[in-house]
Amino acid sequence: MNLDPQIPEGPLSDKWDNHRFSSKLVNPANKRKYKIIVVGSGLAGGSAAATLGELGYNVDCFCYQDSPRRAHSIAAQGGINAAKNYQNDGDSVHRLFYDTVKGGDFRSREANVYRLAQISTNIIDQCVAQGVPFAREYGGRLANRSFGGAQVSRTFYARGQTGQQLLLGAYSALSRQVATGQVKMHTRSEMLDIVVVDGHAKGIITRNLANGETQAWTADAVILCTGGYGNVYYKSTNAIGCNVTATFRAHRRGAGFANPCFTQIHPTCIPVSGDHQSKLTLMSESLRNDGRVWVPKKEEDCGKNPNDIPESDRDYYLERKYPSFGNLAPRDISSRSAKEACDEGRGVGPGGRGVYLDFSDSISRVGENAIRERYGNLFQMYERITGEDAYQRPMRIYPAIHYTMGGLWVDYNLMTTIPGCFALGEANFSDHGANRLGASALMQGLSDGYFVIPYTIGDYLAKTGSGAISPDSPEVKEVMESVRERVDQLVSTKGKRSSRSYHKELGQIMWDYAGMARNEKGLTKAIGDIQDLRDDFNSNLLVPGSSDDLNAELERAGRVRDFLDFGELLCRDALERNESCGGHFREEHQTEEGEAVRDDENFAHAAVWGFEGDGKTPTRHQEKLTYDNVKLAVRSYK
Amino acid sequence: MFLKIWRQDSRNVDGRFETHTLDGVSEDSSFLEMLDQLNEQILEDGSEPVVFDHDCREGICGMCSLTINGLAHGPENSTTTCQLHMRKFEDGDTITIEPFRAKAFPVVKDLVVDRSAFDSITQAGGFITVRTGSAPDGNALPVPKEASDKAMDAAACIGCGACVASCKNASAMLFTSAKAGHLNMLPQGQAEKDKRVIAMVSAMDEAGFGNCRNYGECSAACPKDISLDYIAKLNRDHAKAKIKSIFA
Repeated sequence: MNLDPQIPEGPLSDKWDNHRFSSKLVNPANKRKYKIIVVGSGLAGGSAAATLGELGYNVDCFCYQDSPRRAHSIAAQGGINAAKNYQNDGDSVHRLFYDTVKGGDFRSREANVYRLAQISTNIIDQCVAQGVPFAREYGGRLANRSFGGAQVSRTFYARGQTGQQLLLGAYSALSRQVATGQVKMHTRSEMLDIVVVDGHAKGIITRNLANGETQAWTADAVILCTGGYGNVYYKSTNAIGCNVTATFRAHRRGAGFANPCFTQIHPTCIPVSGDHQSKLTLMSESLRNDGRVWVPKKEEDCGKNPNDIPESDRDYYLERKYPSFGNLAPRDISSRSAKEACDEGRGVGPGGRGVYLDFSDSISRVGENAIRERYGNLFQMYERITGEDAYQRPMRIYPAIHYTMGGLWVDYNLMTTIPGCFALGEANFSDHGANRLGASALMQGLSDGYFVIPYTIGDYLAKTGSGAISPDSPEVKEVMESVRERVDQLVSTKGKRSSRSYHKELGQIMWDYAGMARNEKGLTKAIGDIQDLRDDFNSNLLVPGSSDDLNAELERAGRVRDFLDFGELLCRDALERNESCGGHFREEHQTEEGEAVRDDENFAHAAVWGFEGDGKTPTRHQEKLTYDNVKLAVRSYK
Repeated sequence: MFLKIWRQDSRNVDGRFETHTLDGVSEDSSFLEMLDQLNEQILEDGSEPVVFDHDCREGICGMCSLTINGLAHGPENSTTTCQLHMRKFEDGDTITIEPFRAKAFPVVKDLVVDRSAFDSITQAGGFITVRTGSAPDGNALPVPKEASDKAMDAAACIGCGACVASCKNASAMLFTSAKAGHLNMLPQGQAEKDKRVIAMVSAMDEAGFGNCRNYGECSAACPKDISLDYIAKLNRDHAKAKIKSIFA
């Protein structure tokens, strides 16, 4: 597997400039000869399709929802980082770069992260010009707030709905291109395979979810912007439809999958209330600007009304353990601390799996109205789900699966190990290392889509030349046939168990053994359990109805089938990464205080998995990560 | 509880109500989780589950719909179906569940409708033309906080279509006015304002939505509380743009 990251020459701050200059260009008249497929319409996909269309390429964009505006980027709440330094509080491109590399526990690629920090400022400009209604100060300038893992205030936001507003911005740009005919939008379409001809990505196979039709699409390049794989855990903050199928199918056709075990467990989610639950809901990290996290000091206080527990009997554990970052400690650390407190028997709420996020201090300092203005929609959402009023009583929160740092391996050009197949946004692995900082996902999605891919895809296309194959060619038909077979297989198994029940069981295995804390014994057991579950799935799945109709059970079955393979890969990666770093916490590697212990000598690399065939053990390759501009240090937030 | 659910195999065939009894529903379940539970039961009985649109299940993507007991998104104010919880119903209740009904939203299957007409309205003019990379510094143009807040109130629209489903004329004025209003209120949106309102209103009419008669049901049903003021603003902006076009 060729894992040359293609990092440009020159000092860190000049790499992107140098690269843009040395990249080949496609002249305006020739752009219309090229066809590009974009799968996904979230921040990465929407912005990429819009920008490539604007440049003059012919773009086909696909999403499984009924409208591109519904992609799950829309649910991001808190904000988007940018090194604007409008607050004059010491921010700079280099500081955003350093915070991101350190936040990722030194497992991301330096050059990519630096480029991200550089581009961050252009994103804000672009979005403002599109009409994104960012929060403003009374003087009409842009407002900022703070997020975890940073000591400067660099997060731009639109109330608690920043993702929604940024996505609507990208969607509006996309809509403009759809109106001109430059982008063709295909909604309710799910990518089920990728077509690779002579080693290059040349098309995809989709299933039209509304009528069941299998269709082939060909192009000069394929861009996957299909998000993360958090739903392998069944319950996560992802949308119900989020899945790994597109990236995993590309993996099966030759794309290396990097660091699948790097998953992010977000510390502030609404705790699980029962078995009926289909998903978990995030309460934005921005709440930690004004909320203080605590649990009772004494176990016997856990059942009491929190307002009756005196100050002296409360343990504000983040402020106690990490005095310089306090409640704004990074996500992985905050999550583990919450788990630790609950493991000690000091958790609150159903099953003792919850901690308090208390706004009473802030309410008495700035008033209820100011808190309502900042977080009103989140408090309302909390009330809808729990039936409790967080203005009167502290919120109960608990960590939940939220984001996945791992993804398809990409080089500096965002190209996977299949030439011509690119991966953007959460679908790739490159920028967040082993832990993502808050408000950086939106930044990365838009950076990749608006500002990186338009340059790097031009270089690829100029070098390879146009050459889209016909959808009727034998290579395409062969892949199409295999997709049909797989779909038919799901419908014709006619067993007894629903795909949802398999998904739930898989999620439980993943959460128990590959969740917030992992160890060798558990991971080995998980791999065996998943294999057994998959065997059962293959012989006992029940999908009613037919494949040539809208069939939600069939859609889920296909996604769960890929999650079963992928879950095993994730566990395998977690087992092989015999160190603790970021969101990957191996119990064998921790300090006496329970902090993660990295092993830079043996694991300062991205682990990239190659698919070797069904039933065969995948191969593990490495991209060595070198740090010329930061010193590998123990990550301390104390 | 007792459920009376609309079933329809495809767009061009007649639909019908089907009744089901469902036991053991947790009061902490969301409405859609109750339907998940029903679907598992239907599956066990060897029949085909009910299909409905849903995705984020946190009230923001706008994909869920459903008319519940005659009300778009059900009985609770300012709430999408996915955020509606079963504690709002009583044990033994009969609940009637139908798709969003409007000529411009044809049924695809069961409770799933086609709302792509909303995309067409946005494509007609719901954008500010700005080439990627051509923007000035974000703070170059101050935007008064009040204008920005009002734009945000409009931009909060999730495009679910409850406004259309609850209007007896199936008008899409609340949606269109929120989309246009968001951009028209900002300094960045002024250059294309007249063109935008004329194009979006024509697209709305062409898609087969009815006329607005100021009944106000749309705003009452809106899960994001979009105000009727935006409709007034759109009417004003549209009239101005039309008059200007006469003299242009």
